Amino acid sequence: MAKDGRPAGTGSTGPAGQHGANARDEDLERRRRDLEASLASRVPDRLEGEDAAKAGSAVGYGQAFKLSSEFIAGIAVGVGLGWVVDRLAGTSPWGLMIFLLLGFGAGILNVLRSAGLIGMSERARKLRSGPDK
Amino acid sequence: MAADKVDPIHQFHINTIVPIHVGGYDLSFTNSALFMVVVVVLASGFLMFSTAGRALVPTRMQSISEMTYEFVASMLRDAAGNQGMRFFPFVFTIFMFVMVANLLGLFPYFFTVTSHIIVTFALSLLIVGTVVVYGIAKHGLGFFKLFVPSGVPVILMPLVVSIEVISFLSRPVSLSVRLFANMLAGHITLKVFAGFVVSLGALGAVGVAGAILPLLMAVAITALEVLVAALQAYVFAILTCMYLNDALHPSH
Repeated sequence: MAKDGRPAGTGSTGPAGQHGANARDEDLERRRRDLEASLASRVPDRLEGEDAAKAGSAVGYGQAFKLSSEFIAGIAVGVGLGWVVDRLAGTSPWGLMIFLLLGFGAGILNVLRSAGLIGMSERARKLRSGPDK
Repeated sequence: MAADKVDPIHQFHINTIVPIHVGGYDLSFTNSALFMVVVVVLASGFLMFSTAGRALVPTRMQSISEMTYEFVASMLRDAAGNQGMRFFPFVFTIFMFVMVANLLGLFPYFFTVTSHIIVTFALSLLIVGTVVVYGIAKHGLGFFKLFVPSGVPVILMPLVVSIEVISFLSRPVSLSVRLFANMLAGHITLKVFAGFVVSLGALGAVGVAGAILPLLMAVAITALEVLVAALQAYVFAILTCMYLNDALHPSH
């Protein structure tokens, strides 16, 4: 667009066309800068946490494996507990169903906690002030 | 055809070396037990010999021991504070055992102790058992505050507490599954690629040329496995530290 506008700028219809192209360019440039700024404000704190994960595929693979095993462990323990409760109390499908759902919740809690997205902020703050006393 | 020759699972087979049967239980000394003994002897032997000199300016070997000590000590101090240092022998033993077992398993014809889930599960049960026993011994019923997050409405309490309890119980499972599956998957992958080299090499000139690719792959995976072996030992140890922190400060 701009390249088309510039050579044509020597002609009679040039100024108007160039002006329009410039305005559009400036607008685009401004929006691009805004986007970059808003992305920059958003990305770094996330990237810094994941720096280790992105450093190498092996470490990233380790991270993925860690999260999935946390999730699966939660569900597996929920199912196991439900099965045992059913065996002992004879409440056949109900224990399994309820504990499977609870296990699902525990799995998600595990993943979020292990990824450092939940539960740590409040806990960690108290923890930091705690051990010194 | 080549299935009996190149069997990626064969390396995990447990063989009885000295059969011992006590009261109907099979307590035989197996290759797994043999390698556990080797791991313990190797790890403690290395640490004893390398620190025997006690030089002020350490030799290379002494340096390695000291760096391992510093590494585990700072890890534990960061995760559980200075009070956590009473668990240092425990954490250091677990770290050394897992790391040496993982690395030893990389040698051809060696048995990988940590590739069996019962071994890693026993280790993680030991850790979580320590957390529970020490936590209750030190804090009494206060230990169970671990399962009660602060600022939760009373109505939601049963739900949240049961989820927290399941989450706590899933720790030994995820801890053991992670270590075991990493070791198992890595060794199977390595064996499969190495098996490709052998079976392609038997196909003549074209096969030998084609075998270069899996050979390169096997070399690269071996390097990756060394990294994974050390990394998994580190992850195992740092999670141990974090769980021990719960035993020390349950009410956070």
